[in-house]
Amino acid sequence: MDLMKVVEKEYSNESKFPEFNAGDTITVSYKIKEGTKERIQEFRGAVIQRRGEGLTRTFTVRKQVGAFATERIFPDNSPFIEKIKVEKRGKVRRARIYYLRGLTGKKARIQERRF
Amino acid sequence: MQGIIGKKVGMTSVFSAEGKNIPCTVIEAGPCVVTQVKTVESDGYEAVQIAYDEKKEKRTSKAMVEHFKKAGTTPKRKVVEFRDFGKDVKVGENITVDIFIDGEWCDVTGTSKGKGFQGVVKRHNFAGVNDATHGQHNRLRAPGSLGASSDPSRVFKGMRMGGRTGGDRVKMISLKVLKTIPESNLLLVKGSVPGAKGSYLIIEK
Repeated sequence: MDLMKVVEKEYSNESKFPEFNAGDTITVSYKIKEGTKERIQEFRGAVIQRRGEGLTRTFTVRKQVGAFATERIFPDNSPFIEKIKVEKRGKVRRARIYYLRGLTGKKARIQERRF
Repeated sequence: MQGIIGKKVGMTSVFSAEGKNIPCTVIEAGPCVVTQVKTVESDGYEAVQIAYDEKKEKRTSKAMVEHFKKAGTTPKRKVVEFRDFGKDVKVGENITVDIFIDGEWCDVTGTSKGKGFQGVVKRHNFAGVNDATHGQHNRLRAPGSLGASSDPSRVFKGMRMGGRTGGDRVKMISLKVLKTIPESNLLLVKGSVPGAKGSYLIIEK
């Protein structure tokens, strides 16, 4: 796998963004193309999973608006991601917090991790 | 055709300049050594023989040890001949990934993964019987009829049936070279390539 690392180094933008995990609340600023114009949109929500490794690693963000929720999967190395900001560190016991999908309102809160 | 011998390292995906996520295979290619140059005068045809991957001398036959000594190198595992190399090379010369340019097309030959004895559905893409009802019972992956009855009273040669699958020589044509990394002898090629990780590949352009 050593040689794989060489390729990953060439293409990875891992160092550009802060480290975060499932349970954290983040804001992803990503570029979207509308015709010829390009603008930046923000997507804020809880990270419910980190998946894959190396260049194919992705993360899923769940954004809750009232009774509805939207989930978006971003590849870590997508050139469309402009910025990632970690808003809150969450205290969760598992790596994939799918149970959040069945919860709404006050139950869907994640306790903040204090250092 | 110019070419090089390599080993499959694995697959990953990479983003292009337009932002497309492209699946690609990482190949460790070369450095290879030219061990023989065949000419019309001496051999009846023109070809270049190159070798790749170190091998212990005590595991190599005397004849091959001497053959490699002639080219001034150590014994190698894989020896491949290329016809019409299209580039003047001398015996003992090194061939590296430098022969490829980013964005170029190449063909990759390898031995596909062995699948063992497989039925007709996997081996020849038969459909089987896609019905669980209408009187069907254990025919889901069956080949169906092999032919007519009393005339011809036999099964024609070449009838597609189950059998050993995979482990064949397969050539993938027109794969795009995404990137070469000469410092680590790496080649990134768009798409998949036959064989398991660590298996030998012949890359031609």
